[in-house]
Amino acid sequence: MIALVLIVAIVAALVLLGWLIPGVGEFFSTAFWGGAVQGFEAAGMQQDWAYGLGTLIHILLIALPLMLAVAMVIYTERKIWAAIALRRGPNVVGPWGLLQSFADGLKVFLKETIIPSSANKALFLIAPVITFTVALIVWAVIPFDVGVVLADINVGLLYILAASSLGVYGVIIAGWASNSKYPFFSALRAAAQMVSYEVSIGFVIMGVILWAGSMNLTAIILGQQGHVLGLLNGYGFNPLLFPMAVVFFISSMAETFRTPFDLVEAESELVAGHQTEYSSMSFALFWLGEYANVILMCALNAILFWGGFLPPVDWEPLYAIPGIFWLFLKMGIFFFMFGWVKATVPRYRYDQLMRLGWKIFLPLSLAFVALVSGWLMFTRFEGGAL
Amino acid sequence: MIGIFAFYLFATLTILSGILVIFARNPVHSVLWLIVAFFNAAGLMLLLGAEFIALLLVMVYVGAVAVLFLFIVMMLDIDFAKLRSGFTRNLPIGLLIALVLLAEMLIAITAANSGPLIGDQPASTAQSNLSAMGELMYTRYLVPFELSGIILLVAMIGAIVLTHRDRGDVRGQKIHHQVRRDPEEAIRMTTPESGKGVEL
Repeated sequence: MIALVLIVAIVAALVLLGWLIPGVGEFFSTAFWGGAVQGFEAAGMQQDWAYGLGTLIHILLIALPLMLAVAMVIYTERKIWAAIALRRGPNVVGPWGLLQSFADGLKVFLKETIIPSSANKALFLIAPVITFTVALIVWAVIPFDVGVVLADINVGLLYILAASSLGVYGVIIAGWASNSKYPFFSALRAAAQMVSYEVSIGFVIMGVILWAGSMNLTAIILGQQGHVLGLLNGYGFNPLLFPMAVVFFISSMAETFRTPFDLVEAESELVAGHQTEYSSMSFALFWLGEYANVILMCALNAILFWGGFLPPVDWEPLYAIPGIFWLFLKMGIFFFMFGWVKATVPRYRYDQLMRLGWKIFLPLSLAFVALVSGWLMFTRFEGGAL
Repeated sequence: MIGIFAFYLFATLTILSGILVIFARNPVHSVLWLIVAFFNAAGLMLLLGAEFIALLLVMVYVGAVAVLFLFIVMMLDIDFAKLRSGFTRNLPIGLLIALVLLAEMLIAITAANSGPLIGDQPASTAQSNLSAMGELMYTRYLVPFELSGIILLVAMIGAIVLTHRDRGDVRGQKIHHQVRRDPEEAIRMTTPESGKGVEL
């Protein structure tokens, strides 16, 4: 209840802010973003170099706030779990414990990196780097507003699928290179889990692609404008796609190895899974990567089904708020739901996980691909007259 | 200039990792080098402007097929001395296969210069290669496309039938039985006398 009031209050405040300062939206989309390349070109740089340097600045503009967001998000999530468990959560370091993550980061940074003597040294060190890198590269195609995207490619969704399917290598290689049996079990579990849930995610995304008629994420978001009754922005409000939104939400938890499906690091069975042998910064990289992935999945949920940077209702005054705030608001809601689930739902057994993936989600999402394409055939393409 | 640099980078890395697939002593390292080779091949596809194929290559081969390769190779218990012992005996067969592959590649390279494969109209640059491929696949090549789908389906069912065996002594969890139970039949309320247990 309090959370609801808070959300309404924040939205109202943002609407006011948008009215009072009319340039806010412009600032976020153009001045802050698009100016770099043109600026360098105007300063007399060659086109190639201006483009390269501008892109580098854009990458930093995404990656650095993302790292900061990861730190704050860990703090937020610990506070959410604490509230659900009637505890106080981190409240010592800094005001309200806000600096807790930075203290943890510093501690981890100062520790010694231990490499087990029987580990495969090169792969052991590469594994966390892979996890971390893959978690970052996916952000290249996420649009924060119209035009505010690092790479506006026309196969953006496919790129996300491809890049996120690489994420499992960090876990597998870590598990194998550790040369220890618990990490190894974890690697095997991760491989099977990732492949299983990728299938249903692929079919769920297919429904969205069919409806939007594009794989470009900006086009997908803009296609959701006034999607239901010309009023609601979001495929999730469509009864044919809402079940898919739910399946995607659950699958995205499985894809990031989050709690009901965190068998990869089930501490009662596998110590800490693939991270068991890791210490210091190599351990921290796994965590940074995991939380970057969680934020990414929140963003994907918001973008694919709930209108991304569009306001939820297609009502003119709401557009006064910069799109990036709407995106962050939706991501925040999904992040809260991720934390909520983690605090309340018990872990699945491995066979239950496989059953859910293969026997429920796969047939369901396949059936909905047929339903959606059939519906579109009869409404949009006049019964498929070739 | 960046394009040329990228091409030589990807090409060199593909060939190098291809060689390392063969020469790596550890089979897991071989598979990992194979993944690097796939990845760089995807980079080459991107340079050709075939971004759809490139991403499919990463998604299907790197993301799924190689994961399963790795899965299996990691669990293999390999005796290297035994593995190397048949080298000279199997060399002729290996050479034969290599020759066939080489001949195929040569044919492909010469055929590539013999003209366009599809019709005589030039490829339009305005169309994204995603929609161009879709158009070809669902019109001109509809029958081969459907046929390959059916072959894959048959292969899948075949694999399931071959590996599935019904062990009579396993009691699986039947979710619908558990969901169907209601408290009336599952719980019995009794007030046993003191000193006596509950009779079942």
